[in-house]
Amino acid sequence: MADASAKQVLFEPIFSNNPIALQILGICSALAVTTSMNVTLVMCMAVIAVTAFSNLAVSLVRTQIPGSIRIIVQMTIIASLVIVVDQILKAYAYEISKQLSVFVGLIITNCIVMGRAEGFAMKNGPWLSFLDGIGNGLGYSVLLIFVAFFRELLGAGSLFGVSLMPVVNEGGWYIPNGLLLLPPSAFFIIGLTIWGLRTWKPEQVEEPDFKMSRHTVKEAF
Amino acid sequence: MAKAKETVSRTLMVALVLSIAFSVVVSTAAVMLRPAQVKNQNLDIRSNILAAAGMLEEGATADEIEQTFSRFDVRLVDLDSGEYVDPETVGVEDPMKYDMYKAASDPSMSTDIPASEDKAGIKRRPNVAKIYTLSENGELVRVVLPIHGYGLWSTLYGFVSLEGDANTIEGLGFYDHAETPGLGGEVDNPRWKSQWVGKEVYGDELEEPQIRLVKGGVSSGASDKEHKVDALSGATLTSRGVEQLVNYWLGDRGFAPYLKKLREGEV
Repeated sequence: MADASAKQVLFEPIFSNNPIALQILGICSALAVTTSMNVTLVMCMAVIAVTAFSNLAVSLVRTQIPGSIRIIVQMTIIASLVIVVDQILKAYAYEISKQLSVFVGLIITNCIVMGRAEGFAMKNGPWLSFLDGIGNGLGYSVLLIFVAFFRELLGAGSLFGVSLMPVVNEGGWYIPNGLLLLPPSAFFIIGLTIWGLRTWKPEQVEEPDFKMSRHTVKEAF
Repeated sequence: MAKAKETVSRTLMVALVLSIAFSVVVSTAAVMLRPAQVKNQNLDIRSNILAAAGMLEEGATADEIEQTFSRFDVRLVDLDSGEYVDPETVGVEDPMKYDMYKAASDPSMSTDIPASEDKAGIKRRPNVAKIYTLSENGELVRVVLPIHGYGLWSTLYGFVSLEGDANTIEGLGFYDHAETPGLGGEVDNPRWKSQWVGKEVYGDELEEPQIRLVKGGVSSGASDKEHKVDALSGATLTSRGVEQLVNYWLGDRGFAPYLKKLREGEV
């Protein structure tokens, strides 16, 4: 890990080591904030900012942090950054921060942020950690935007709030698929995405936990 | 080095320094951004009120909203007597600062609603409500009333705007709810909301509010069609909630005493 190049650190998490698709982290917010593209984009920017700067901050003080309180120190740094991001959203993107409601605050508990701080920033220099934060934030974003694209297009007939397929309730022709506006649909889309990704990159397929032995018929007589 | 940083005093030291450093960061951000946030919140409330009154133009800037809203008077009304009250009686100087939803959880400023009358499912009701009136040439032409009540999953908060006759609806809208998107969430649909315009709340006797949400649409030949609004398809419980909460707030336990006085020119 120590000799990872900047490029690797930045781009690996996007497809090869995607935090959602491969590590299955951060699913909660992936279900909650993907009903419209606008909201998703803001959430992604918030997560990128938090992972990048928390990684940077953790990495800067990594030699000073006593092992016994390192998790609490990381949490303090992450929580402070999340509060700052939340305050900024409330001041400059009020409408969207209302729709995101608690999910900005819940970035604190997003496993991706914590995982990168503990797993990468504690062992690497500030610059690489910063890039790693951006990379993982991007990996998270790519998947969220992909999910949001289908949910908003098929669920509401629009993208970025602009109506592309006029829905029946507003006098158009498209009968929207209501399921896509509900959280379970995100599970289906994420599941299908993981399937697609692993077909494209078979090395991501995990070893089966156990192998079924061949069925053998033992005759009783 | 690994040994040195594990001592108790060092641990405490690091914890202290980090806590102080980050509390400074957080509080600076909170203090610096506070004015912009307050402005946003106020703007949000104002645009909701204007939207209910049908006076919010698409793409209106903050200044325009502020300007239109400044034509409204903010008034406090005692719900039981239907009279205007001074802001001092609820402990504020500016009526705009009064929060009726906060007051509803304060026992000294609110009353319990008996279960038999609690159509809106809200349990407690503030004694004093905050309303918005618009006067032209000394005559009241529009009154915007806050309404809230339980739908299927959530409490819906909104406003209903009445014309100067305190009977004809000019607009209705909810600004906060968590009903199912696509079904109950269609209370936000502009086409559905536009049906409310011109409906009459009270019958000829002007006693009980008569609003009904009916299934299958309101045909032009239907009886009492001036009181009927098409219910939301696939959202029976949200529709029922909306019907009940509108009737509750425009009924005797809500704004009816005030609206009666308004019609008779007593307030």
